[in-house]
Amino acid sequence: MSAPSLTQSKAGPPRHSQPRETSRATPGGSFAKSLRRNLTAHGFLIGAVLCFAFFSWYPMVREFFLAFQKTEAGETTWVGLDNLRTVFNDPAFWQAWRNTLLFTVLALVLGFVVPFVVAIVINEFHHGQGYLRLLVYLPVMLPPVASVLLFKYLYDPGYGLLNEVLGIFGVPEQQWLQDADLSMLSVVIAATWMNMGGAALIYLAALQSIPGELYEAAELDGAGLLRKIWHVTIPQTRLILSLMLLMQIIATMQVFVEPFLLTGGAGPEGSTTTVVYLIYQYAFNFNNYGAAAALGLLLLVLLAGFSAAYVRLSRAEDE
Amino acid sequence: MRSARFRRTRRASAVALVSALTLTALAACGTSSSDNDGGASDGGGSSDPSAPLDPKTKVTITIDCMPPAAKAAELKEWKEDVKEFNKTYPNVTIEGRSTPGQCLEPPRFTAMLKAKSQPDVFYTYFTDLPQVLDHDGAEDITAYVNDKTVPALKDIDPNVLGTLKHDGKLYGLPTSNYTMGLLINRKLFKQAGLDPDAPPRTWAEVRTAAKKIADLGDGIAGFGEYSAANTGGWHFTAQMYSIGGEIVDASGKKAAFNNELGKQVVKNLRAMRWEDDSMGKTQLLKWGDLQKQIATDKLGMFLAAPDDIAYMAQQLGAKYENFGMGPIPGEKATLAGGNSYMIKKGISSDKIKAAVAWLNFKNLTVGKGQFDWERTKADGLPVGVPQPNFWLNESKTKDDAARSEHATMPVENFKTFMDNPVAGKAEPPKAQEIYKVLDNVMSGVLTNKDADVDKLLSTAESQVNQILANQ
Repeated sequence: MSAPSLTQSKAGPPRHSQPRETSRATPGGSFAKSLRRNLTAHGFLIGAVLCFAFFSWYPMVREFFLAFQKTEAGETTWVGLDNLRTVFNDPAFWQAWRNTLLFTVLALVLGFVVPFVVAIVINEFHHGQGYLRLLVYLPVMLPPVASVLLFKYLYDPGYGLLNEVLGIFGVPEQQWLQDADLSMLSVVIAATWMNMGGAALIYLAALQSIPGELYEAAELDGAGLLRKIWHVTIPQTRLILSLMLLMQIIATMQVFVEPFLLTGGAGPEGSTTTVVYLIYQYAFNFNNYGAAAALGLLLLVLLAGFSAAYVRLSRAEDE
Repeated sequence: MRSARFRRTRRASAVALVSALTLTALAACGTSSSDNDGGASDGGGSSDPSAPLDPKTKVTITIDCMPPAAKAAELKEWKEDVKEFNKTYPNVTIEGRSTPGQCLEPPRFTAMLKAKSQPDVFYTYFTDLPQVLDHDGAEDITAYVNDKTVPALKDIDPNVLGTLKHDGKLYGLPTSNYTMGLLINRKLFKQAGLDPDAPPRTWAEVRTAAKKIADLGDGIAGFGEYSAANTGGWHFTAQMYSIGGEIVDASGKKAAFNNELGKQVVKNLRAMRWEDDSMGKTQLLKWGDLQKQIATDKLGMFLAAPDDIAYMAQQLGAKYENFGMGPIPGEKATLAGGNSYMIKKGISSDKIKAAVAWLNFKNLTVGKGQFDWERTKADGLPVGVPQPNFWLNESKTKDDAARSEHATMPVENFKTFMDNPVAGKAEPPKAQEIYKVLDNVMSGVLTNKDADVDKLLSTAESQVNQILANQ
């Protein structure tokens, strides 16, 4: 009887080693046979495929078309590159990109390094690791709005806790979110605190998979803590570090919630206007879905290009 | 063998179940838009659009913004009104749809227009007309609205009706309107030795009063302003209007705020924020923030519409008697706005007539529907807020008298506002995009002590010109 297909493929020869002529000889028959054999699997797949098709792929394709269309008086027309022109001519366009890049750089400096260091420190503890892991992961479990409100309170120049505490040490009152030079850094600090738990746990798992003998060998060679990190920890976790770096760049370039809730989106003199906030403005405040889609497309192209370049570089490095 | 067959049957059942669930979920995710003309819409009424609805007409209309269950008193009134309406039009079925929270949330509204899923009669803000027309979403109801179908038509402020017209065609009927004024906290006014019955009438008086209120200490601000989420630009516009300024010139192509009047607005704010320290330290405020401050006696004044008072009393637990209102300082002009109902494009003539008949009964008849103040008071709802405020002539006299008779709050607190009406002015073209730019002027001056006023305005001017050139 029909055994599960996974078992069959495991039992049979590897698919790439099958002679091509066989499948060419009776293509229809082979396809029908294969379809019959995998009917159950296809049945199970239908749900996921339909969901992806309706809620992911179709909106993506639709966005692509929207970027070149305009709707006026109920008529949708093709406008070529007009939406892109609108976006490029927006006075906030370059400022939004500058701010997004600044956020990404600051978020990498803080959000990439801090969780890694935290993971190394936790890894050094022999007792209470579970408790520390919970402590680090706790902010991720808080709803983002609650976390942001917490930071809003901390940063408030009138009654904020942060200025109160710093005041004890003689630090003058800071306008954390209300100073155009400080606002983005303040947003990054809040975002790092809110999101670093997940990254720290992934780093910790990677650290714990490093064989202890490597550290012992390094110790025998006279390596101190920093040399052990440099010569053992980082090379051993390079793969996971690279992956996290890529994912973090993709995530941080799409920052929206934190500035939206902390500074109302734009911030003092537009200092926290990000690309995704601008997309939100186009779509929901200016009713210009074409421009929103065009800007979304630009961001997609940039991120896709970056990811492709990154994958290529990593592959070259591996070779 | 038996086991294999059983496994296969079980697998097949599982596949069927998964597929069925998926399809059900997909079907449930779909939006259900109302039928464009619904089979029952052709109820056999007169084909003349100017004729009132024939009481025998059998028709069903869907309408949004029915009060949700959480607003029990308002919902009760809605049901009573439907019952009363059905005495005249027994064959008209009103299918109300309610939304928790705000009736209209801009992102949801835009999505609804895109999907053409609005009900037959749908709630809009005055400023939504261009967007609705862009989506070809509303019916031209000019021929359907006359003194037979809306008997009080001549008493509706023509400026209010004008906001619902485009190229001389009428696309909606108002439910409420507002003009922006100066909302004050009477308690703080008294504590600061100010007369709460005489709110400041000029910006110089606002500055003096704000200083006195802020001097009370305890984190109390004298005057508050928005500077985020496009609301800063919105209020900058109101302030410009109040001293006779404009945001965009008559051609609609050039910014018109980088001048002495614009500088006056910004310099006055800078003086209050940094010289007098009377605007509080926390800035980047948006709609909702100042309401919370004034409701908790932490703010003396801010520019607001009268319905903010109802919001603060009903949602934030504030007391009506704690608030008063004066006209917008400067009094040259003020921002005006409001909300209305529009009728979905493409529905049948009978449905349109039924919609107009319902809107007339519910929203445009003195002593009935939303203007039945006696019932409103009996139901424990507020009476006396100077809004809606679109009646003129005889209707105004009658409505004002009924409002005063059944008032549940001291209406004399709004006397200065009511006795000194300021001409309402609509928002500029590309309002939200311009407000986004002007937010930077407001946030710049309110968060940076050393902000260069000239630079803030000239940067905003060139950016607004760019937006206007890009239309």
